[in-house]
Amino acid sequence: MFDNQPLPEKSQLDKLPFLFSGKLLLRKEIALQDEDFQKLLKAKLLIQLKSITKRNFVYQCMRCGNQRPSLFATIPCHRCKNRHLYCRKCIEMGRVLECEPLYEWNGPRPDWTRHLAPSSWDGELTVDQQKAADRMVLAINNQEKELLCWAVCGSGKTEMLFPGITEALKHGKRICIATPRADVVRELRPRIQQAFANVTVQALYGGSDEKEATAQLIIATTHQLLRFKNAFDLLIIDEIDAFPFHADPSLPFAANRARAAQSTMLYLTATPRKEHRVRINQKKLPHTFVPVRFHGHPLPIPVMNMVFSLKRDLKNIQAPVPFLSWVKKRQNSTRQLLIFVPTIRLAEQLQETLATIFLKEQIIIAKDKLLFVHAEDADREEKVNQFRQKELTVLITTTILERGVTFSSVDVAILDAGHEVFDEAALVQIAGRAGRSADDPTGEVIFFHDGKTEAMIQAIQSIKMMNIRGGFA
Amino acid sequence: MMECLWCAKTIILDITWMNLFMPEKPKPLCRECVEQLDQLDGERCKLCSRRSEIEFCLDCIQWNKHATKKTIELNYSIFAYNPFIQAIITKWKYRGDYVLGNIFQSYFQQTFKDTFAFLKKDAIIIPIPLSEERLLERGFNQAKRLAEFLPMETKEILTRIHGEKQSKKTRAERLDSKNPFFMKEKLQKPVVLVDDIYTTGTTLRHAASLLRDNGCPKVYAFTLIRG
Ligand SMILES: [Zn+2]
Ligand SMILES: [Zn+2]
Ligand SMILES: [Zn+2]
Repeated sequence: MFDNQPLPEKSQLDKLPFLFSGKLLLRKEIALQDEDFQKLLKAKLLIQLKSITKRNFVYQCMRCGNQRPSLFATIPCHRCKNRHLYCRKCIEMGRVLECEPLYEWNGPRPDWTRHLAPSSWDGELTVDQQKAADRMVLAINNQEKELLCWAVCGSGKTEMLFPGITEALKHGKRICIATPRADVVRELRPRIQQAFANVTVQALYGGSDEKEATAQLIIATTHQLLRFKNAFDLLIIDEIDAFPFHADPSLPFAANRARAAQSTMLYLTATPRKEHRVRINQKKLPHTFVPVRFHGHPLPIPVMNMVFSLKRDLKNIQAPVPFLSWVKKRQNSTRQLLIFVPTIRLAEQLQETLATIFLKEQIIIAKDKLLFVHAEDADREEKVNQFRQKELTVLITTTILERGVTFSSVDVAILDAGHEVFDEAALVQIAGRAGRSADDPTGEVIFFHDGKTEAMIQAIQSIKMMNIRGGFA
Repeated sequence: MMECLWCAKTIILDITWMNLFMPEKPKPLCRECVEQLDQLDGERCKLCSRRSEIEFCLDCIQWNKHATKKTIELNYSIFAYNPFIQAIITKWKYRGDYVLGNIFQSYFQQTFKDTFAFLKKDAIIIPIPLSEERLLERGFNQAKRLAEFLPMETKEILTRIHGEKQSKKTRAERLDSKNPFFMKEKLQKPVVLVDDIYTTGTTLRHAASLLRDNGCPKVYAFTLIRG
């Protein structure tokens, strides 16, 4: 993973805290020659922790917190010549073997720069954005433990973070923005670097070039938090409701470990999960609410469209008639069309059928103006870019595009909105793809279904609720 | 309760009259995952196991025209290479998720029984070795794991010197690279070489050539995947 380096010269030994502080590492993640590595161990600057522990007959991986027996296995290890456990849960980040410890920095904590004027951003916040930003600044200054920012899709949450980050940097704090998807990390990195031009910024995700994590401001996928311990004074968890943060217990485990003792955790979400809403209602979780999009228009409200033959049509890979007639008589036919389907298979199958019909109906000018995309698609980034650049007219997608991506002018359809993959949060997020730009602040969102689900009803209700709270009666 | 080794979904066994009285063997994969494996059935090249309508594929005909000496008799593979099995192999051997090897146990045993029965008991299984460096890095040798599934005598008499990763080389480079293997002892018996993937066959031919030079009358290759 790394090329092992000799220790820096004596005069540069004060660099070590920046290299190792706040981390929890495997030997192979420490880029030092063995001799120097041993020196640090002997000086107790690096200390060892057991990697897999056993308590009350339950094993736990100390890197990811995994306790599920099915996510441990044994290996006849060539290194120690014993058969012992390894953790399957966090294996993508490098295998944790029972015979190898984890290493932690035990020297002084680094002094991060106190920036006098860290912000190079010259934009302006709306009144609603400013209110939320002020609340976040307050939480950071008072070292409040946690604050949830509930901001509707398209409210411009990244910009809202800038005042808080500015404040933290003035106080010499270390900051991490953790988000579920690598796409979003890549998209955020240049925006954040531009807004804080003189601050060191690094992006961490599986396969990123920057691996050292020595910057004051880190943007990372939530998984990368597993490499940190007692590191961040301000930890911002984006899309707290998204897979995998709410579905995977190892991520809250890692987030809590990654934060420093006196730190603030900010949660961002457009669709808080029940656990958080309950805590908000019980006044146990402080929150701030941004009910209005940055352009000041209300959220588009989805329309349900019943299709009796839906399951049969999809099985026969046919386009449902009500769907086609909607496509043909949309209010604004210049908008691009984003079609959500429940499975990769269906996305793949529908491509040819829809391309043929849409070409005939002159909705697209060539068959290759309609593509499909899914999570395992190697060309995913490129296709999404093409759609963003309007080189594509129609994109069929799985829930992979439900959040984190912005297209300027689209209508949105869900085929089989009653499918279990479309839970309330997913439906709200999907509806939130429409009307994102000030130039075209509305858009149609249609749920094609063959029987209303609780999720559909709840999603529409909660969107209406947010519009009411936003002052659109 | 059983979980699929690959997708971790709970596996629900079909209850039939048969398995009501004779419980089914635990399955490593759920049905959805099993369906994504592309098992080589139907016509294949008799020499290299590639899907082929004709008895010997063009590559093999070409190869035999230019071959200066006999190396392996044939290669037999179980699966075709597809993104699904590629993902399993990557996680198994490169990430080191050792237990994933169990996915292949029954396939490997059954196919061996069906294909190599003619060898009787006097053949020796030899897994393609890893270099010591690679072995330390990964903690185990995937070919050895596969060999362990077979009910035959296994001998680890080959060693391998550390070289550049095969996957980083071009096809041409791979075809004329030097023999990286050494032999610890002579062997006068037929051999079945075991490895996870047959791509160009160069690795297996190098090992076979060495074995034949040192007394093995015949060398066969048995691999999980035809790349
Ligand atoms: Zn783990
Ligand atoms: Zn070991
Ligand atoms: Zn062939």
